[in-house]
Amino acid sequence: MIAAHLLSFSIWLPIFGALVVLAVGSDKNPAPARVLALLVALAGFLVTLPLYAGFDVAKSSMQFVEAAPWIQNYNISYLLGVDGISVLFILLNSFITIVVILAGWRVIEKRVAQYMAAFLIMSGLMNGIFASLDAMLFYVFFEASLIPMYIIIGAWGGPNRVYAAFKFFLYTLAGSLLMLIALLYLFLQSGGSFNILVWHALPLPLNAQILLFLAFLVAFAVKVPMWPVHTWLPDAHVEAPTGGSVVLASIMLKLGAYGFIRFSLPIAPDASHALSGMMIALSLIAVVYIGFVALVQTDMKKLIAYSSIAHMGFVTLGFFIFNQIGMEGALVQMISHGFVAGAMFLCVGVMYDRMHSRMIADYGGVVNTMPKFAAFFVLFAMANAGLPATSGFVGEFMVVLGAVKFNFWTGFFAATTLILGAAYTLWMVKRVVFGAVANDHVAQLTDINGREFLFLGVMALCVLGMGLYPFPFTDVMHASVDHLLKHVAAGKL
Amino acid sequence: MNFLMPDFYPAAAEIFLLAMACVILLLDLVLTQKQRWIIGLLTQATLVGCAVITIMTASGQVVLTFSNMFVDDLFADFLKLLVYFSVSVMLVYSRGYLALRGLDKGEFYLLVLFATLGMMVMISASHFLTIYLGLELLSLSLYALVALDRDSARATEAAMKYFVLGAMASGLLLYGMSMLYGATGTLEIGGVAQAIYHGVANKTVLVFGLVFVVSGLAFKLGVVPFHMWIPDVYQGAPTAVTLFIGSAPKLAAFAMTLRLLVYGLFELAEQWQLMLMMLAVLSIALGNLAAIAQSNLKRMLAYSTISHMGYMLLGLISGVAAGDRHFALNAYSSAMYYTVSYVMMSLGAFGMILLLSRAGFEAENLDDFKGLNQRSPWFAAMMGMLMFSMAGVPFFVGFFAKFSVLLAVVDTGQVWLAVVAVFFSLIGAFYYLRVVKLMYFDQAIDTAPIKANLDMRLLLSANGLAVALFGIFPQAIMSLCTFTLLRSL
Repeated sequence: MIAAHLLSFSIWLPIFGALVVLAVGSDKNPAPARVLALLVALAGFLVTLPLYAGFDVAKSSMQFVEAAPWIQNYNISYLLGVDGISVLFILLNSFITIVVILAGWRVIEKRVAQYMAAFLIMSGLMNGIFASLDAMLFYVFFEASLIPMYIIIGAWGGPNRVYAAFKFFLYTLAGSLLMLIALLYLFLQSGGSFNILVWHALPLPLNAQILLFLAFLVAFAVKVPMWPVHTWLPDAHVEAPTGGSVVLASIMLKLGAYGFIRFSLPIAPDASHALSGMMIALSLIAVVYIGFVALVQTDMKKLIAYSSIAHMGFVTLGFFIFNQIGMEGALVQMISHGFVAGAMFLCVGVMYDRMHSRMIADYGGVVNTMPKFAAFFVLFAMANAGLPATSGFVGEFMVVLGAVKFNFWTGFFAATTLILGAAYTLWMVKRVVFGAVANDHVAQLTDINGREFLFLGVMALCVLGMGLYPFPFTDVMHASVDHLLKHVAAGKL
Repeated sequence: MNFLMPDFYPAAAEIFLLAMACVILLLDLVLTQKQRWIIGLLTQATLVGCAVITIMTASGQVVLTFSNMFVDDLFADFLKLLVYFSVSVMLVYSRGYLALRGLDKGEFYLLVLFATLGMMVMISASHFLTIYLGLELLSLSLYALVALDRDSARATEAAMKYFVLGAMASGLLLYGMSMLYGATGTLEIGGVAQAIYHGVANKTVLVFGLVFVVSGLAFKLGVVPFHMWIPDVYQGAPTAVTLFIGSAPKLAAFAMTLRLLVYGLFELAEQWQLMLMMLAVLSIALGNLAAIAQSNLKRMLAYSTISHMGYMLLGLISGVAAGDRHFALNAYSSAMYYTVSYVMMSLGAFGMILLLSRAGFEAENLDDFKGLNQRSPWFAAMMGMLMFSMAGVPFFVGFFAKFSVLLAVVDTGQVWLAVVAVFFSLIGAFYYLRVVKLMYFDQAIDTAPIKANLDMRLLLSANGLAVALFGIFPQAIMSLCTFTLLRSL
């Protein structure tokens, strides 16, 4: 039973688990809710493991397919399936959920059950996004995932949380509503089907493709986020609680990039080629300009948020240079960024829990009082800067390689990230971690406890493991990327 | 003189309701204040009885009676059942509220029953006179209900406004009907359709009459620019009455619109679609924009109603495109589905206001919902679901309602209209999100425990859950809408 419905379990187990967590949770005694949430998250991760183990890397078609009619009036079906690209994100998402539950273990004191449940529900919904092969199912999960995040930012966030939560919700909704119209148009064009795979094969004239591409672009560019619609992200990151920032950076930003792969590129391949110049330009602006913006930030979370935008610029760049190494590099970068940015936010969270400040100026010489923590922080910072042997290097290197192959100057500008990324990350680390103890607060810091060591350690293993031996990731995606690129190259005209 | 006995069978539910209303009227004279609960119970029993009769007399055929003035078809049966159901839910929600304010008198129940009868007649009307009869029965009962709290200046003012504007709208409708009669020589809706189809009617007179009919309908639906009464009446009326006005009558108004425009004037679809399109765009725009500025929840929901009726009209205007009529069934059933979904959400939202109200305190300001999550996480979640549903976020019923009308609009090639609609629904999302923000992000000002009868708590919970359940499984209601329309056209 479980084996045939692994994807359904990966979606609904966390969601129903969350309802149980809500039912057992009470404000006076939050312990059962915490433990139960952790168990649900672990179980949710366990059911995704067979997806990886049983995945046939030689096939580029969808696997673990589940199909059932849902709304027959509109031919909407409950159609799930994963290819070599989406399966990795389901695993990443379920894994990150465990980490955020651990990260919020003691830190969250008010309404613990609701906090944990919100993350579990979001985890299930986001698995749904990655697993949907029916466009309406995708859309429904895509929009529904806004609700828990809105509440997480607004209810457990910082002082300016309401503004950030509204901005997050309305920005994303604005994009996705245009996408809805594009989906309706495709439904009618395809003669009444919401099946994404049918749409992949649907012949469309170039002007229709361009309009569709632009409608999708609005939705996904907001989510990625691409310059110039990125302004919600620094606000959301700064105000969200640590767990919220981690999920935002690790998974939610990937939804936009994933949308390009699942919708824009295969449905409008000719438009993708026609507009690739614009996409590359926008990506390079994100890499270079946002890199400079990150350099001047005084707030650590804001700095990492801008660094995320720059890194995601790399991802979109990798997609639109249309070669294998570029696209695989982009996908590796997405997963690596999931680990690295998540870990960076966890580190800031660890410091924030002790000092209640995210300002770089309030810190200095943390290494003297928190040596273990400093080791982790420096490692993740190095990965963020793209140091070889960390996961950050693999993706960046591949994308730069692909970009040089495509056009020397594109590669040149993309490569500036190696300098800029190193500059803003390492300069922050220098000011926060190294040097003499800056003030009494820093002097009183206590080093990380066992729980914090656990989740930072696991993240460190992932970052190093992926950096040293990325093949378990690239092997899985290889056939699917190959198939996608051939499809895009063939075009529809 | 020859008198032919009409077939009373199709109208059995209406006759039963009228008889029961008379019984309750008489009973009210002899009961003491302590025995008043009998009236409430009897009213509920009447509605259940009507439901049973409606189901038993449903033949699945289109049956005309009373010299073709009254029609019984599946469309009417389905809508009537929904009307009984929402009136019954409304009575449960408002019981405690009315009792605390001394308004739970026999008049309330009687007026509600007569209004229900009016709605039933409207739904089953196949003749201009019957439509007008039902409409006036409903409207007059509603005017009186709004003024039920006769010591409240605001309620009296609202009732006055409602009456004056309502009477004017009825006048417009009547004038339009008389024009149509002049052009076609018949008052029967079927006859009107026949006359226009055979081209015997003067087109200029017809379109002239149509303008007035559409104006009258627009007033009853409450769409811009005939919306002025809605905010004042919603705010001024006792919340229980607002709940009533905001729920079942929308179903009846939808039925009336469908009977007049689709059954009667389908040949003029291109003309009335253009009129309704302007009304729809204006309503969606003004409703959503004005709702942002409100601090009173009842007034906010009033503007939200205006915008929702605008979205519903989007379905109605997508029936015919460039002479092609095959869109009609999908388009009209999407509008019907929208109305049904809206009534479900509206019942829940006003029910929440009633839940938080207590003696001497109306929880009608937005700030009264502050920190509801601390006071009652369960009902905060229910209200949250209702608000997200109204905003059109999945997995709630409001999403698929918007989805189906948007699909109907895009189907007829009016993509720009869909873009306008989603743009304003984005603006609309802001004020629904604000309610969620108040409940979840803010500290409670009002910390009084929530007191409500068990039946109300259960029903309100069921209402909130239904919004989620029918959002995840929208198939059933969608199919019912399509099926009943298909069998009745």
